[in-house]
Order: sequence, then structure tokens, then C-alpha cells
Amino acid sequence: MSSESNAKNRYHTLSIVLHWTLGAALVFIFFFGVYMADLPFSPQRLKLFNWHKWAGISILALTVIRLTWRAKHPAPPLPKKIESAMPAWQLAAHKATHLGLYALFFVVPLVGWAYTSAAGFPVVLFGVIQLPDLVAPDKALAALIKPWHQTTAFAMAFLVAMHIGAALKHHVIDRDGLLQRMSLRG
Amino acid sequence: MKLHTPFALLTLFFAALLAPTGAFAQQKLVPTQSSIGFTTKQMGVPLDGQFKKFDAQISFDTAKPEAAKIAFTVDTGSATLGAPESDAELPKAPWFNVAKFPQAQFQSSSVKSLGSGKFQVNGKLTIKGNSKDVEVPVALAQANGQTTATGQFTLKRLAYKIGENEWADTSMVADDVQVKFKLVVTGMGKL
Repeated sequence: MSSESNAKNRYHTLSIVLHWTLGAALVFIFFFGVYMADLPFSPQRLKLFNWHKWAGISILALTVIRLTWRAKHPAPPLPKKIESAMPAWQLAAHKATHLGLYALFFVVPLVGWAYTSAAGFPVVLFGVIQLPDLVAPDKALAALIKPWHQTTAFAMAFLVAMHIGAALKHHVIDRDGLLQRMSLRG
Repeated sequence: MKLHTPFALLTLFFAALLAPTGAFAQQKLVPTQSSIGFTTKQMGVPLDGQFKKFDAQISFDTAKPEAAKIAFTVDTGSATLGAPESDAELPKAPWFNVAKFPQAQFQSSSVKSLGSGKFQVNGKLTIKGNSKDVEVPVALAQANGQTTATGQFTLKRLAYKIGENEWADTSMVADDVQVKFKLVVTGMGKL
């Protein structure tokens, strides 16, 4: 592939930076969340919960920027050769995974935010900026929402695993150079 | 039976004589209409709590407020932040240590009228065996034979050792706690 057509098939540099930044952040906040959820009641637990909320809101804000940017700088189409080599179910899975990921990028943090609002603990970003409550404090509603932050987060983790697995398959098994277009090395 | 009747009548007579004037009457708290709340901050996040059980002994002659006596007890075990996780912690030793100090007390030492239904109440607040002088502004309002006393003041939780050891870190839980109360009492004379 010449460098010219390579450039055309690559994502925009900012798209690439946002992809890897948010990818790393999501993996981190996921394991962070899994870790803190089982901590006993302590100042440490409260601190980590607050940090988790701050990180979640920051990631949500970056996701809004990312999606807005993507609307103006769409993903490059799959290279013809790679697309034609993919069976229909793979193409469908490819579309569904990305759609699902983007949906969950919003659903997971919003559900978490709604839960903490319902539980009566508003998010105070970085301990300074109090964010509005998504729903009014309501214990019954909080209990209803609670399991869904975890469930949706695990659903996202599953899709991320599919995404990474598929990317590795292209790279290691197909050796079709698809990952080039999202490479940080240009 | 017969012998006791005149005496009982006499007692009733004097009771009736004293009670309606309100001069030295004991006022009665209406707990169902009263509330004591507290607010603090945890890493900037406002936490609102309530004490569900408390009682007051109030002797307040509106004509002589400076002679008023106000005593208060709050069941520390009735504190709630509305979340089961934190409510399980509040009775423990680092916080209210309910097993050892089941009640917090307030005893007034002086009451000063500031005019137009406002008063300044000074007294001793004892929580977890630690006594501190506090100054509490109180506003009284009357309607339908009931008197509503409202007010709020700020206390430093560490002065009472509320939140010890690892919880003493004020960057986690603020030292300032706003206490807000609304007490409805009956039997008080006209202001």
C-alpha cells in the first residue's frame, strides 16, 4: 500500500488519539470499578468512589467530543480487499459491535450518574463542581438502578473484548494491515 | 375514695389555675412535626442526615425569656444519612459510639431576646462525653396554638470526636457540620 492511499485510509490523527486515550481510560476505569466495589466501608472506599465518578464524567465528556468529531470526520471505509474477504456475519458483527460500544459509552456512565443521584449523593466533579442530579433522590429508584451500572459495564467489557479480539485476528491471523489505520505511529 | 375527692379537686383547681396562664408551664414537644437535621460534606458532596428520635424539656415564659430553660436529648442511634451503607457505620465507635454514648444532650445556660421573635440561646452541647459551649439562634413563630422554633448553627465534629482515627481527615469529611432544627411545641404563651 502506498503512503498516499495509506493516509486516505487512516483515521484522522485526533480520532486516533481519542480512540487510544478513551480505550485506555475505559479499561482502567472498568478494573478500578471492579476493585473498589468490594472494598469495606472506609475513607479509602469513599475516595475511590469519588475518583471513579470524576473519571466517569470526564470520560463521558470526552466521548461527547469524540462522537461530535466523528460526525465530521467519519471512519474511513473498510479497504475493499478486507471487506470482500469478510463473511456477512463478520460485517454485521463489526457494525453491531461499534454501534453497541458507542451506545454503552453513554449508557454506562449515565446509569452510574443516575444511580448516585437517586441514592442522594450528587456528583461533585473534582470535589468542586456540583453536577445536576439526573433523577431526584429516591431510594426505591436507586435500588432499581443499582445493578444496571455493573451489568452495562460488563456488557461494554464484553464488546471491548470482541473488538480487541477481532483487531488481533486481523493483525495476527489475516495479517491484512487493518490496524495500520488506527496506529499511533502513523 | 370519698376522703380523697376534695383533695383531688383542689389539686385540679390549682393545676387549672396555673396551666392556662403559661407563666410557668412546661411546654410539650410535638415530635412528629419536629425535625433535627445535619449536613456535612464528603469530598465536596453534601450529605444530609436526620435524627429520628429526640426529646426536649422546655420551660419558656414568653414574658421572661431570660429565665427560660431548655434541655434537649437526642438519641445518637437514631441518626440516618438515608443510605444503609453509611447508616450501619454511624453507631460505631469512631462516629457516635452509641453503645457507650446513647444520647447527646443540650442544656441551655442563657436565653436572650433579640426582638421580633428571635432569641439567642447559649448552652452546653454534649456529644460522646465531650461538652462544648454553643450559641444557637432561634426564631419563634406561632400559629394555631403551636409554636415553631427554627434555627441552625455550625459545629465542629472533631471537637466532639465524631469521626475518629482514619475518619478524622477533614479532606475526606469536612469538620463543619450544619445542624438545622424545627421544633414544634404546644403550651407556650403568646409572644
